[in-house]
Amino acid sequence: MQLNIFILICLLAASVWTVMTRSLLRSAIGLALVSAILTILMFNLNSPIAGVFELSVCAGLISVLFISTISLMEALTMKEVIDRMKERLRRFWLLPFIVISAGIMLSLFSLKFNLSLPLPEEQMDVRFVLWHARQLDVFAQVVILLAGVFGVVVLFAERKKEG
Amino acid sequence: MDSASLYLFWTFGVFAVLIFIAGCYCILLSYNLIRVLIGVELLIKAVTLLLIVAGHLSGHPALAQALVITLIVIEAVFITVAVGVVQGIHRINGSLNTRLLKELKG
Repeated sequence: MQLNIFILICLLAASVWTVMTRSLLRSAIGLALVSAILTILMFNLNSPIAGVFELSVCAGLISVLFISTISLMEALTMKEVIDRMKERLRRFWLLPFIVISAGIMLSLFSLKFNLSLPLPEEQMDVRFVLWHARQLDVFAQVVILLAGVFGVVVLFAERKKEG
Repeated sequence: MDSASLYLFWTFGVFAVLIFIAGCYCILLSYNLIRVLIGVELLIKAVTLLLIVAGHLSGHPALAQALVITLIVIEAVFITVAVGVVQGIHRINGSLNTRLLKELKG
């Protein structure tokens, strides 16, 4: 449990750093770090397959997407960087205080509810659940993937010359 | 639910809420479209964390993993399309500043 709390603190610190850092590239790297730390938690909580997905898709693919998009933008001059850094600091200095105070308030708040949990399932494999119990989810995933592909095709389609 | 499980759920829940707050803060106060997407990603991470903990505590880790895999697929498609839209906006406006996006008004 102590290890999990340490990992959770690292996760929160990485999240705050992702939001507060001035460089977009560092933000994208911070997001990949958040995904990697979340993967460690997933392994600790007996969810290795979801952890592998999180690591490969979120920490890998999505970070590559963000970084390639950032690389397409033109770089700022040093004066613009300094101006934006000051502006960001003015807007975001409050975030660590909000997070720390909300954390203290929530940890002091005593739980009064009692969740009634369903009976634990027999040792079912995630593949069995996904392909037999949640077939509709798989169908929805295919539909969403196709919708995404069509969306990207439409977005990047070559425009015909007018006239 | 025994006290140990309740403590575990509460600990993870508090951290999930704090990550959610960081994501909301990022969305609300950022003017850059890529930072807004990063804020949305943080919100999804908080939800993923809660799903995994709920599956672990309720004794349904396989179901939770199936839901998380679905969530990751939706997240990847959403980010891909959103990044395409962001690149289109940058191509047209030359900027990703949300304050300069006036074409959608009216």
